Amino acid sequence: MSETIANGAVSADPSARYYVRDHHPENGTLLGFWLYLMSDCLLFAGLFAAYAVLGRNYAGGPSGAELFELPTILLNTAFLLLSSITYGFAMIASQRKNVKATLIWLGITGLFGLAFLTLEIQEFMHLIHEGAGPQRSAFLTSFFALVGTHGLHVTFGTIWLVTLMFQVGKHGLTGENKRRLMCLSMFWHFLDVIWIGVFTFVYLMGVLP
Amino acid sequence: MSAPHNHAGHDDHHGDHGHGHDDEGGHGSLKDYAIGFVLSVILTAIPFWLVMAKVFDKSSTTAAVILAFAAVQVVVHMVYFLHMNGKAEGGWSLLATMFTLVLLIIVLAGSIWVMYHMNVNMMPAMGTDVHNMQDMR
Amino acid sequence: MTMSDLNLTKLIFGRLSLEAIPYHEPILVATFAMVAIGGLAFLAVMFKFRLWTPLWRDWITSIDHKKIGIMYMILGLIMLLRGFADALMMRAQQAMAFGDSAGFLPPHHYDQVFTAHGTIMIFFVAMPFVTGLMNYVVPLQIGARDVSFPFLNNLSFWMTTFGAMLTMASLFIGEFAKTGWLAFPPLSGIAASPDVGVDYYIWSLQVAGVGTTLSGVNLIATIVKMRAPGMDLMKMPVFTWTALCTNALIVATFPILTVTLAMLSLDRMVGTNFFTNDLGGNPMLYVNLIWIWGHPEVYILVLPVFGVFSEIVSTFSAKKLFGYTSMVYATVVITVLSYLVWLHHFFTMGSGASVNSFFGITTMIISIPTGAKIFNWLFTMYKGRIRFDVPMLWTVGFMLTFVIGGMTGVMLAVPPADFVLHNSLFLIAHFHNVIIGGVVFGVFAGLNYWFPKAFGFKLDEFWGKVSFWCWLVGFWVAFTPLYIMGFMGITRRMNHFDDPSLQKYFIIAAIGALIVAAGIGATLFQFYISWKNRETLRDVTGDPWGGRTLEWATSSPPPDYNFAFSPVVHESDSWADMKANNYKRPTSGFVAIHMPKNTAAGFIISALAAALGFAMVWQMWLPAALAFIAMMAAIIAHTFNYKRDFYIPAEEVVRTEEAHTRLLERHV
Repeated sequence: MSETIANGAVSADPSARYYVRDHHPENGTLLGFWLYLMSDCLLFAGLFAAYAVLGRNYAGGPSGAELFELPTILLNTAFLLLSSITYGFAMIASQRKNVKATLIWLGITGLFGLAFLTLEIQEFMHLIHEGAGPQRSAFLTSFFALVGTHGLHVTFGTIWLVTLMFQVGKHGLTGENKRRLMCLSMFWHFLDVIWIGVFTFVYLMGVLP
Repeated sequence: MSAPHNHAGHDDHHGDHGHGHDDEGGHGSLKDYAIGFVLSVILTAIPFWLVMAKVFDKSSTTAAVILAFAAVQVVVHMVYFLHMNGKAEGGWSLLATMFTLVLLIIVLAGSIWVMYHMNVNMMPAMGTDVHNMQDMR
Repeated sequence: MTMSDLNLTKLIFGRLSLEAIPYHEPILVATFAMVAIGGLAFLAVMFKFRLWTPLWRDWITSIDHKKIGIMYMILGLIMLLRGFADALMMRAQQAMAFGDSAGFLPPHHYDQVFTAHGTIMIFFVAMPFVTGLMNYVVPLQIGARDVSFPFLNNLSFWMTTFGAMLTMASLFIGEFAKTGWLAFPPLSGIAASPDVGVDYYIWSLQVAGVGTTLSGVNLIATIVKMRAPGMDLMKMPVFTWTALCTNALIVATFPILTVTLAMLSLDRMVGTNFFTNDLGGNPMLYVNLIWIWGHPEVYILVLPVFGVFSEIVSTFSAKKLFGYTSMVYATVVITVLSYLVWLHHFFTMGSGASVNSFFGITTMIISIPTGAKIFNWLFTMYKGRIRFDVPMLWTVGFMLTFVIGGMTGVMLAVPPADFVLHNSLFLIAHFHNVIIGGVVFGVFAGLNYWFPKAFGFKLDEFWGKVSFWCWLVGFWVAFTPLYIMGFMGITRRMNHFDDPSLQKYFIIAAIGALIVAAGIGATLFQFYISWKNRETLRDVTGDPWGGRTLEWATSSPPPDYNFAFSPVVHESDSWADMKANNYKRPTSGFVAIHMPKNTAAGFIISALAAALGFAMVWQMWLPAALAFIAMMAAIIAHTFNYKRDFYIPAEEVVRTEEAHTRLLERHV
């Protein structure tokens, strides 16, 4: 049972076709992070489902039409969308290996994120002050849970962004840091996608009779 | 043919352990972000206008239209910002996304359908408060 | 001055006080005494033999999938003892409490026992067991050196373990939930369960759940990205296929559990109205959401063992698995369909005929791909050269037991029948039938099958057979009476019955439980006697069963790096193909191997997560805040560590491989 390999040489080792010396498995970070985002998507699905079921249970209390201030939400949507673009600019700068520009665009993204969070916290505090806190009704419970969870994600994303700015500043645009920037990019854009669902399903549909 | 090859399309060369390659995760161009931005602005402004200006008489029409806009804008974000395509990660990203989307629909539609029936049958005292937000499909 | 002192005490201690310790419960005091003695013995051994450093260095901080897999199995075994103790207590109580006799477990205690039994068995026995098997075997089967994210693997294990520890803590500090293992509101809401039990339940599962979800991401990425060259998807071993689908289910479904428990937690802690009876809440929504998680969960438990059986049936029939393609398709179909059946868990809640019919039909449809698998296994065995080693015994036991359990499931899938049988002992018998006949038998099959790979020696065959027969007979003796009583309409979760004619059934069931206990004892003894006789039972070749897949191409146990050179795959059942072509392993040319470093970060982060959980349970807000901040700091600090790997020098690889070569030459 002598084996010949395709290039014609008689192989002294017929087993050679069964192993290879140099094999580097592909890095799974980007796929792995995407899979985590898919799990996060289903977490939000549960919150959207709760809102879909409970979102009109006002318990005699205020409704979305009475509470939501759409101009503010439009402004917040603009902040988040702009932050997505500025993150995109940060990614382009990182592809051009420009550390300084990357950090600047990341910083601007963070500022937009903070602006979003500030407006949202103000909205929540105003609602609570008016007696329309999460305990008032199932509608408000599910509202605060869904929008609040999104806000928590933005908060953690901002903390991550600041951390990554330190790390890029310290180590530069290494392969590892570029992977982290890509992961945060996916996370940030994903939060914008979820926000599309939030402003449509919660705010816009919430004011409809 | 005797030289074993990487089963996936991407080459992963020596050096930087797990050094990513150009189509790993997708790289955006300025053009992509600009197009995505403009489309998103339009797809956001119109729904807000439809609701704030009370353009349609029926809520259900408004709801259906703005949901459609939202769906389109999600796709815009996926394509132009997240660079979703069938080749990223050897097609596994798209597969995972499709799978998640199917499950999302099942969770949402399933819960709405089931809970609607539960509410009608088991919670008569709740009256009109119980109506769900979307028409049943 | 006094007010602020009081507030500080409350901030630090919350509702924790010395009263939380159950001095007056004799069973718990006795349990604590046993745990304390066992713990002291363990500490004594550790100090005497100076094992702390090896324990920390080689196990606790290990990122090696093999070590982590073994630790998962150990966790599962320890928690099996706790969960089974709960079972024995329930059987004893139900065998004696009739008419005037109240037994020894009053309702508030009995309710905690059945809740803990279910929670522990599902989350801290079955899940760790299947995760452990997948962790150990999958990288070896695909010819890889480890999983995609070794550090995350370590973190996942410790999150699971600390989640289990939180549940165990409830035994000695406070109490556990009394709601059943799924904790339906309004019973689990703050009004009906103001005590810490449900909070322990929630936080244990939230901590463990994070670990499980991350593990799901890890194994999918591993299977997608780290297969050996030439291993296309349709050349993967079936166990790897089932692992892939299982982990897809995990990633896609655990978030629903996380979010639903979070909503329950908010209702309890903050007074929100998701599942309350007033202010617009809807307890039925909880049932709906938790079962959207719960049904895929049982497939998460059973799909890996289907994979185990596929490997074992083909190995011990010395035959290629029949119908590989249909096995793969069946697995994928089960994965998708598992999301379309959840309502069959609450047909009786009132969704009406149209909804019930839909889910009844989908439930019946999902039994079809499983049936296809059974036929494939049978066809594999047909005209094979069957050897009834212990793994094969468990497999045949599974085929008989699980199929019957599946059939009772199809009965329950018919809504009108379910209206009679729901929450009766018939239901209990059904799900124990499929979980024990499926998952437990499969885990023991896998344990006996892969033990030699992990430890270098086989498990004792005689005691393995004793264990198997005790489990098989014991299971049927324990649960047949429950099927009968279920048909009579007897309800589950009762700690006392008025009707004395039921006692004979419960006594038989108790005897069955004792037979199973003997089986567990036999397994423990099997471990001891195998270790004692390990030289006789030594596996020298790395392939003690005539295996067909790549894990059998390594030594037993494999070196840290698994494969000195990456295997190249040409056919499915690659090891069988290599053996058929007179494969000889390379004995020279070894190079340095890139490996990840061990880390303490997983253990530390998980410990802080558990501290956070404990503090939240007892409303110790200041410790909770500190634990949270410390946990975030630990996570962020870990991300600043860029030097996470090292190289095993070529000389060390050479030494290891040469040692294995010498071993093979001496014995073959």
